[in-house]
Amino acid sequence: MKKLLALTLAAVMTLALLAGCGGKDGGSTPDTNAPDTNAPAADGNTTAPDDSKPAASGSVYWLNFKPESDEVLQNVAKLYTEKTGVEVKVVTAAAGTYNQQLNAEMDKSNPPTLFVIGNQAGVKDWADYAVDLTGTAIANELNTDAYNLYDETGKLVSIGYCYECYGIIVNPDLVEKAGHSMDEITNFDGLKAVAEDIHARAAELGFDAFTSCDMDGSSSWRFTGHMANLEYYYEQEGNVWTECPATITGKYMDNFKNLYDLCINNSLTDPKELATGGHDASTEFKTGKAAFQVQGSWEYEGLKNEVPNATMIPYYCGVSGEEKAGLNCGTENCWAINAKASAENQQATMDFMVWCVTDPEASRMLVDTFGVMPYKNAAESTNGFLAAAAEYTDNGCYVMNWATNFQPNVDDYRAALVAALNQYNADQSDANWEQVRTAFVDGWAVQYQNANG
Amino acid sequence: MKQKKIAGGSTIRAYTRRWWPLFLGPVVCAFIIGFVWPFIQGIYLSFCKFRLISDAQFIGLGNYIKAFQDPSFIHAFWYTALFAIVSLVIINVLAFAVACALTQGIKGSNLFRTVFFMPNLIGGIVLGYIWSMIFDGILGRFGTSILLESRFGFWGLIILMCWQQVGYMMIIYIAGLQAVPEDMLEAARIDGATRSQTLFRVTIPNVMPSITICMFLSLTNGFKLFDQNLALTGGQPFIIQSGGTTVKTTEMLALNIYNTFYGSSSASQGTAQAKAVIFFILVAGLGLAQLAYTRRKEVQQ
Repeated sequence: MKKLLALTLAAVMTLALLAGCGGKDGGSTPDTNAPDTNAPAADGNTTAPDDSKPAASGSVYWLNFKPESDEVLQNVAKLYTEKTGVEVKVVTAAAGTYNQQLNAEMDKSNPPTLFVIGNQAGVKDWADYAVDLTGTAIANELNTDAYNLYDETGKLVSIGYCYECYGIIVNPDLVEKAGHSMDEITNFDGLKAVAEDIHARAAELGFDAFTSCDMDGSSSWRFTGHMANLEYYYEQEGNVWTECPATITGKYMDNFKNLYDLCINNSLTDPKELATGGHDASTEFKTGKAAFQVQGSWEYEGLKNEVPNATMIPYYCGVSGEEKAGLNCGTENCWAINAKASAENQQATMDFMVWCVTDPEASRMLVDTFGVMPYKNAAESTNGFLAAAAEYTDNGCYVMNWATNFQPNVDDYRAALVAALNQYNADQSDANWEQVRTAFVDGWAVQYQNANG
Repeated sequence: MKQKKIAGGSTIRAYTRRWWPLFLGPVVCAFIIGFVWPFIQGIYLSFCKFRLISDAQFIGLGNYIKAFQDPSFIHAFWYTALFAIVSLVIINVLAFAVACALTQGIKGSNLFRTVFFMPNLIGGIVLGYIWSMIFDGILGRFGTSILLESRFGFWGLIILMCWQQVGYMMIIYIAGLQAVPEDMLEAARIDGATRSQTLFRVTIPNVMPSITICMFLSLTNGFKLFDQNLALTGGQPFIIQSGGTTVKTTEMLALNIYNTFYGSSSASQGTAQAKAVIFFILVAGLGLAQLAYTRRKEVQQ
């Protein structure tokens, strides 16, 4: 009797377990098959609901990777649900953990229908999970294809929903207060003269040239990710990279060094104290403690009230002809639709995307947080830095593309660069700069091998 | 009356005997779902190439070969071993000393115990960042930083771990010390034993069970250390070798596995998984060996 009972219980337990495991498989299998079996129906749908309201059958799950825009996205999602009844879930990955979260979420039975593939490395990893967007409703709304990402077969994997620019943010009022004019800054020599003069008289002026150049995780990307772009950009010499090169030459390393040295040696913080950070560069700039900051267009919302005249200048670094340089424009914000989601959810997601870039109210909210959206019917941008970018382009200056997005194994590559820069900041010797060069140039080849070998 | 009681007791016992699988069931289920199954899947994945665990592709032993060929893994292993041994010794000596001091009946012992225990309640990541600021506040005066020299990183982590773990081990030692029979100590006193004789011949053999558990905990903690390592140095400083490869001088095993998993391509996720299995065997093996060794020294009262 006892044995029988124990056996029965054990059997029940095992069955329950098997059912649990089996249930997971059973749940995911139809999901993966659904797009195939329902494909014809989905095609029929794409033409049908053009004039009608989006069908409320599917739902949208957007895995967002920018924590700073989470609040706005939640509001947009709520607005869409109110208007159409379609459920929109927005989940935001904590800073720097997007890849981990995407990995985990894609494995669930209810994976994100809308996610971000931001660069070529992402395309390599996730292209198989993305729907080809060529000729779709959202692709037809674009006003440029400059920010789209394609895989090697020419499939449109992800589509830019906004773009950004970075460079050196300037507080023109402080530059003038120091007795200079913005017209003096048209190349590296001009920038250097102004910055060094301000730094030399910092005590008397009450402000310094550059904000702190911290090397901790919250700030180092401004240099290892953004400023490094000037080297990659000029190294392309006009032949814009379309895929990650296996090696780079580091031909313009000296120009990177020019600007980098200028920043760390003419700032509020002694270069020896940058390693663990703890300074808040944005606040330093906002409170008028420094005239220059290496940053991007996303800062505009946060400082437009404190520094209404703030503008952005290119990375002047001593390259000949750089008077014609513009800002670094590009994006890592590219939508991809999950190919493994059900056809209804894919359709619901597509409808939601189109609504985001055409609805006046929604696109206004999104443009205010993203800066600008490259779509025909989206709201106009109010971002001063993006306006500056457009002005440079209008004046015939060249746009510096985001070659930095090709950095192979980006986290490892940048970590090594940060380690080398830390040594250099503490002791600015030639030997230490050679280490930086090794991490920058040879490290690229090593990480390329790691990622592709 | 008496008869009834016994009868009642035996009925309960009989029921328990019959229904134990029901009571054991939930725990076993949870254990299987939360541990056994993921563990088996993890071992399977270490033989696979995968990006998502649901479409893994079996490739055999390739991941293990890659793991053993990875110089950063070997470096991390020796670094971790050194750290585990040094922290094991220092933490246990300090914890035992503090426990001895706080069982002498000093005024305010309870307050001290609480205060010493409290660092344990703070999470590892937070501790790592707080201590990195403390260390840099000091090292900054000398124009250097914890991120610039590996020995700073090593001893910094030792200090951090001591600060966090000594209180915890102390509690275990205090419990052990309080259980040392008073008559034995008295006998030792009457026999004229010196203080060190009493300590080594009476007290320590009697607290051997506590020493076993504390050493086991601090050894495995040392090996498994992750958050504090990540937050304090994150592996910095790196040695940038000519050719562009790097050695993360203060990267420990767990962080190495994490970095392998997330830092590189999908091919390396299997390698990271293989490393994790090796890591498990290592920690389990060392832990059990240490347990077996110290158990032999325990005395039964």
